[in-house]
Order: sequence, then structure tokens, then C-alpha cells
Amino acid sequence: MDLSLSTETVGDRTIVRVGGEIDVYTAPKLREQLVELVNDGSFHLVVDMEGVDFLDSTGLGVLVGGLKRVRAHEGSLRLVCNQERILKIFRITGLTKVFPIHTSVEEAVAATD
Amino acid sequence: MATVELRFSALPEHVRTARLVAAAVARRAGVDEAVLDEVRLAVGEACTRAVGLHQSGGITSPVQVLLIEEEKQFSIEVGDEAPRSAPGDRAPGAQGDDHDVETEEDEMGLAVISGLVDDVEVTAGEHGGQIRMTWPTTPPAAVLP
Repeated sequence: MDLSLSTETVGDRTIVRVGGEIDVYTAPKLREQLVELVNDGSFHLVVDMEGVDFLDSTGLGVLVGGLKRVRAHEGSLRLVCNQERILKIFRITGLTKVFPIHTSVEEAVAATD
Repeated sequence: MATVELRFSALPEHVRTARLVAAAVARRAGVDEAVLDEVRLAVGEACTRAVGLHQSGGITSPVQVLLIEEEKQFSIEVGDEAPRSAPGDRAPGAQGDDHDVETEEDEMGLAVISGLVDDVEVTAGEHGGQIRMTWPTTPPAAVLP
């Protein structure tokens, strides 16, 4: 299965909906998308991972890279995820302390620091 | 003896195939369904690391995955042929910033593996490295006469 990506703007937030598998083969596509958004001036990103079937450390690396980029512009990167198998990877790597993780896109869009 | 042996060119697109094969063989071997996600992720991480080591070292030989069914346990060995002369040392070819990024990703992959798998052994030497991961299996229920 390949990776699917779509974006939508809600106010000053850009929602990136990700579907499929994020691994060493597909992660570069996600990286390109995040870099492109930041280059185009979208600094408040919400990455919706509800359609993600698989995520590995390469994918985590891309998300951390995205966070670094938006933070350079005082932006934010929030995740939407309810899947235990995906959340587990964030927990064992300690990244739950790095990313705000929300249960719905609406909650992530409404959130402020 | 390996139940299934898989060799693939060190290309990112083949890592998914390795994950699928490993999960299928693990299921057949009797690894608990609840653990199969971990098997899939761990073998993917190990293969991703091996592919990275081969690519950065310009190594053309394939990555090797052994899926070994034994009594009460199932093991996966992922072997690379990237020579290391000292712990943490990298194969020739990696350089500059890329080196740092790749090293970080490599370490994150290992962190995920050690977080997921209780029984894991990482070895490396001048002829390459190997990650061996083992999970317990439950024998299939006896068929009633």
C-alpha cells in the first residue's frame, strides 16, 4: 500500500491527512509535503494520522523534522491519532512528550498552547 | 535451520515485502496475534537499518532475513554486510550532515526495536552486522479425536 496525502486549510491551520503506510520508502513523500507547506508559509500544521496503517522510525523522523521546521517560524505541529498501535511507537520513543496528540481534528484545530 | 530465508536488494521499496513475509511466517509459527504488529514493526526497523547501511556504504550485496521457527520460539535474524571496525563506526561513503541524520535515524530504529522486543541481540563486526529478535510461540491447540 502506498501513502496518500491531502491538505485542507481551516483558519490559520493546515490539516494534512495521511493514509496508508509511512516507512522508509514512503516517508520522503511526507517529508516533501511538510517542507513544501512550510516553504509556502503554513506554520501551524495538524497531521491527521487516523488513516495510517503503519508507522516506523523513518516516519517519526519526518514528523520530528516537520516540527523543527515549523518551530523555526514559531509555528506548531499537532497530531491526531487514536490508534493504539501507532500511539505505542510515540510512547516507546518518548515522543508523546514532544508532540501534542489529539483525539480529533476539531480538537487539534481548536487547541492553543 | 531457517524456516524461510529472504534476500532482497538493499532498496527501501523491498522493506515492506520483508515485513509482510515476516508477519505471515510469524503467524504460522504461532506467535500471538497481539504481538504480530510488533514483529512487523521490529523487522521493518531492522531491515530499514540494513538497507541504510548498505546504501551509505555502497554495498551491492542483498540484505538477508532469516525467519526461524523453533520449539516454543520464533526468531528473526536480519543481517547486513556493512563492515564496522569499532562500535558506532560507519561504513565508508557516509559523510557530512547526512552522516549525522542517518546516524540519528539508525539510533531511533534501534531504540524502537529495543523498546518493542524483550529478547534482542545486536552484533557487528568487520564482515557486517546482525540483529536477532526472538518471540515466544504458543503451540497450536491439540486436535480432538
